[in-house]
Amino acid sequence: MRYLPLTPDDRARMLGVIGAASVDALFADVPASARLAAPVDLPAHLGELEVERALSAMARKNRVAGEGPFFCGAGAYRHHVPASVDHIIQRSEFLTSYTPYQPEIAQGTLQYLYEFQTQVAALTGMEVANASMYDGSTAAAEAVMMAHRVTRRPRAVLSGGLHPHYAEAIATLAHVAGVTVVRQDAAVDAEADVVSAIDGETACVVVQTPNVFGTATDVTAIAEAAHAAGALLIVVTTEAVSLGLLKSPGEMGADIVAAEGASIGNGLNFGGPYVGLFATREKFIRQAPGRLTGETLDADGRRGFVLTLSTREQHIRREKATSNICTNSGLCALAFTIHLSLLGETGLRRLAALNHAKVRRLASALGEVRGVQVLTRRFFNEIAVRLPAPATEVVETLAARDIIAGVPFSRLAPAAGLDDVLLLAATETTADGDIEALTAALKGVLA
Amino acid sequence: MSMLNVGRPSRPEASGDAGFHSLTGGRGLLQDEALIFERDGWDKTGVDLPEAELGAEDLGELVRTAPIGLPGLSEPEALRHYVRLSQKNHAIDLAIYPLGSCTMKHNPRLNEKMARLPGFADIHPLQPQSTVQGALELMDTLAHWLKTLTGMPAVALSPKAGAHGELCGLLAIRAAHEARGDARKRVLVPTSAHGTNPATAAFVGYAVEEIAQTADGRVDVADLAAKLGPDVAAIMVTNPNTCGLFERDIVEIARLAHAAGAYFYCDGANFNAIVGKVRPADLGVDAMHINLHKTFSTPHGGGGPGAGPVVLSAELARFAPTPWVLHGPQGLSLAEHATGEAGASFGRLCAFHGQMGMYVRALSYMMSHGADGLRQVAEDAVLNANYVKARLGGVMSAPFDGPCMHEALFDDEWLDGTGVTTLDFAKAMIDEGFHPMTMYFPLVVHGAMLIEPTETEPKAELDRFCDALLALAAAAKAGEVDRFKAAPHLAPLRRLDETLAARKPRLRWRPQEAPALAAAE
Repeated sequence: MRYLPLTPDDRARMLGVIGAASVDALFADVPASARLAAPVDLPAHLGELEVERALSAMARKNRVAGEGPFFCGAGAYRHHVPASVDHIIQRSEFLTSYTPYQPEIAQGTLQYLYEFQTQVAALTGMEVANASMYDGSTAAAEAVMMAHRVTRRPRAVLSGGLHPHYAEAIATLAHVAGVTVVRQDAAVDAEADVVSAIDGETACVVVQTPNVFGTATDVTAIAEAAHAAGALLIVVTTEAVSLGLLKSPGEMGADIVAAEGASIGNGLNFGGPYVGLFATREKFIRQAPGRLTGETLDADGRRGFVLTLSTREQHIRREKATSNICTNSGLCALAFTIHLSLLGETGLRRLAALNHAKVRRLASALGEVRGVQVLTRRFFNEIAVRLPAPATEVVETLAARDIIAGVPFSRLAPAAGLDDVLLLAATETTADGDIEALTAALKGVLA
Repeated sequence: MSMLNVGRPSRPEASGDAGFHSLTGGRGLLQDEALIFERDGWDKTGVDLPEAELGAEDLGELVRTAPIGLPGLSEPEALRHYVRLSQKNHAIDLAIYPLGSCTMKHNPRLNEKMARLPGFADIHPLQPQSTVQGALELMDTLAHWLKTLTGMPAVALSPKAGAHGELCGLLAIRAAHEARGDARKRVLVPTSAHGTNPATAAFVGYAVEEIAQTADGRVDVADLAAKLGPDVAAIMVTNPNTCGLFERDIVEIARLAHAAGAYFYCDGANFNAIVGKVRPADLGVDAMHINLHKTFSTPHGGGGPGAGPVVLSAELARFAPTPWVLHGPQGLSLAEHATGEAGASFGRLCAFHGQMGMYVRALSYMMSHGADGLRQVAEDAVLNANYVKARLGGVMSAPFDGPCMHEALFDDEWLDGTGVTTLDFAKAMIDEGFHPMTMYFPLVVHGAMLIEPTETEPKAELDRFCDALLALAAAAKAGEVDRFKAAPHLAPLRRLDETLAARKPRLRWRPQEAPALAAAE
């Protein structure tokens, strides 16, 4: 077995040092009834070649996004990642290190996390950010829990444009925390409606921009209404690249930003692992979940970085912790920070502009297909359209022609009564020919 | 100059000219590295992109006008920056990483290659299911391996880390009680538990009560029996426990919990000790998370991403979070909503389907080992830990007698009178080229030092490690207090002031701050 270095001779000599007759003697505390006499019923070990063959056969059964027209978004966006990003994250010292609990020999990880926190704070327009969360949806759920701790109020209002998976992840935690979730009906462009639902018991309003239908919203007025009522505004963003073009949540008055960062540096990966971005105001930081990296000095007075404010965390506070979170999404955060360092402000703005231009082209092309109505008016890189047929059927028909046309809204929310709504995203990876192929095929299907 | 028996100097001042300083502040190849924000030329970019053909006039006031504040690097500068940073990290690929309870084993590179196949890496979670049959097959195959290895009938794959798995398990348990209209209030947790256990139970709305430990480092069954009652929702027990010991009475513990109407949640962080040798189902477990980043070798990545699938008993299975894989006449599909046959599900833990990239790596690892190899994994992990315990046990005091499982626990009694603490000893290990063991955990042992070598350490590396620790122990006993108090001497940085960091938190770079290199002068 190529990953097991001990030889039979090593084992015998080690047993001699231990003074045990056999390895099984070391398992003496296991009740005899629970000891397996033979290997479980699974295949025996395989060489690299055989494993590679078996897994490649599975991989080949999937339609790869990059191998043809492809328009899925709805919280996961396909972007180009520079080759150097994947090279760096596979450096042994990053890939095979643990959480930086020994800061003297983990400055590499700690410094990039400090840089990551600074980049995320700048990008979201917030004062501080943590060292990342599992993904955008869990960041959003933790944000609601944090608002509940800060305000000591029991109610959260979710806008109808919030990604349904995010709303469900929030509802799961809210249920056990005793927080009532008020979920507004799915609507393409009705963020302002949350204002009427804010009352004196409201801990927070959760608004997504661009929302799940692609609509970008100025949430300034919502922030003012929330603050007037003593509630916090949580802004969710599932497409981090949009922050290169749109006003930042901080500029518009957000108290907490929970975002999906996978668009920068990370691949689609069928939904994970991704990287949650979590940013807030400095005054709330001791109520924040997750790890934080801070600056300090070493014994010689040299600058260094450590994990800090850990008295919020489970390994110190146990049942009094702000969250049960132990890990962040370290390597995905590294990919994010490398890609963003490469882009810089210049590259990010250009990338965002390219995405926006691409979906403008897509929207105008779709607008010319008979029976298709573009619903989203102010968008970044994603739009919702109404089709004259159930979106699921159209998507399946086009998939059979090797065009992945987008995500039917009913896949996310079957009971919303929006079966004819299709979500389509375009990014810098979308070729003009892909848009032409889509519209031509749609014309044929809808004729 | 004194030398270790592995031929390296054991006195830091002996490894170079004492008091020597370079003119630039660097230490040979180890350079101070400024933050990306402390460089000139912020408007550079390392990504060549065309200008957009259409503008953003349609967005009006929504467009950002103020600067964002992001510096850019060309590709060569980026490579240097991150490679220089990487050289300040310890890693499994450099030496043993003996963190108890963390299972820092070798990360096979085949797993990385497999996870990067475009058929896994470049597919979208919401593509039509007919176009991702291979991805669903991979999830289904991984589920089969996990269920077979644990003997459990169901698994929820989506939890994104071990603590997320605990959350999943307790949410399923709470849903099961609620479905019976049986609102229970308490969760019992041993004093030796990971901090995530009580944190999770509290997060899910339960009062946490501790179960006492016996003098031999195990759950006090009489105390458990006394604290069980009709309002106890679950017990959370780690097995093997965090003292590195198998809970001999585990079957009785499970029976008592079940008799009280409580569920047995097992923290599976230490599954590496028993994989292929013992099936948790045979111990009476109702739910257990499996850290794919521990037992099944997916890389820790400096603190994630992890993955924490939870195996579930038949009774709990229907409360599992969506999504899960279904078999049907059209092939595989996903139950994505808590309706129909998933109607009892407690809901969704996160967007999409969990950590697919980690599923691929874990399955690649499992298939490489096979049923035979996984059994050998547990045996070698336990053998390695007992070897370390035997080699160090003559000098370092162990709180509990008898063989350990996959990790060897020592206390600080043997340091009494030396003036050296567990922390000092651990920091001195850094000077000898080793990552410290887990310290001061479990909390039940004074000055705990918890060493988990894992099965992927060769005997020679274990000997090198034990020799170094024995040399350090001799130095501590010989009164070389300065070696320990001022350690580490040879790391990229000396001991860091964590109190300062917490008292005046500086969590980001700000434009008005002085550049780092100037501050170092």
